[in-house]
Amino acid sequence: MEHAAALPAEHLDTSTGLTSFKLGFWIFLGSETLFFGSLISTYMVYKGQSITGPYPHEILNIPLTSISTFVLLMSSLAMVLALAGVQQGNRFQGLLFLFLTAALGSTFLGFQAFEFTEFYHKGLSLQTNLFGSTFFVLTGFHGAHVTMGVIWLLSLWVQGLRGNLPRERAQTVEIAGLYWHFVDIVWIIIFTLVYLLQ
Amino acid sequence: MSANPANVPPTAAHDAAHEHPGAGTYVAIGLILTIITAVEVAVFYIPALHGVMVPILLILSATKFVLVVMFYMHLKFDSRLFTSVFVGPLLLAVTAVISLVILFRVLPLYELR
Repeated sequence: MEHAAALPAEHLDTSTGLTSFKLGFWIFLGSETLFFGSLISTYMVYKGQSITGPYPHEILNIPLTSISTFVLLMSSLAMVLALAGVQQGNRFQGLLFLFLTAALGSTFLGFQAFEFTEFYHKGLSLQTNLFGSTFFVLTGFHGAHVTMGVIWLLSLWVQGLRGNLPRERAQTVEIAGLYWHFVDIVWIIIFTLVYLLQ
Repeated sequence: MSANPANVPPTAAHDAAHEHPGAGTYVAIGLILTIITAVEVAVFYIPALHGVMVPILLILSATKFVLVVMFYMHLKFDSRLFTSVFVGPLLLAVTAVISLVILFRVLPLYELR
């Protein structure tokens, strides 16, 4: 089956013909772009303005972050496969990939915790310099979003284990997926602007 | 597909009925995203490309962004209304970032001259 079935829940008797839940969530994601836009703006404006070290080129670990970026990208792949499984009524695929998505998200958080700890031991904290302040606030808020996503995914997984995630509730998984992909695209931007363009 | 409700505009109902791609497409997109990420890291480590690193990385990053939004978030297949409510604020955010960088990082360089 090359195409997953469209969600029957989308054909509702609303003024737009779309579910208000999904439309509202897209509006929420739009507001989130402004939130992260403000954090990215702050990082970019203060980039290279630190008068004391450690400086980005001394401390950022590109190989490690490249691996964690790959892990987050693969979690997005797992997420769409989980959604496809639930939409097709394939309980095993849905549950397997939901758990895999949460596991990959947790792995990404593990990489971030390791990175933050390593930076702290090398003398970079939230108060050290402008780089430390803007870096930890930006990546910390992203990490908080990933943490919320992992909790959300695990709660869906538990619901699925209990048999409460049938095909009719696929939109619940789709909304969680939208959130998960959003944190992924935010990281795509952060990885380029913070890590690669030093 | 279910019947179009009487008060639903035809275009909205038509857009909502679009189907999502299958697992093969998702895996192919995942592969492309992995390759682009590998190229990004390679560009970072190749000294000869440092002169053009900024545009290359920005284009590659934007490509990844668009692929995820279009295929994994299904904006390519879903209602255009979803695209509007997301892309509108996104453009505003991008404009804000660019404006602030110009105001605080680029214009002061000209004032120094």
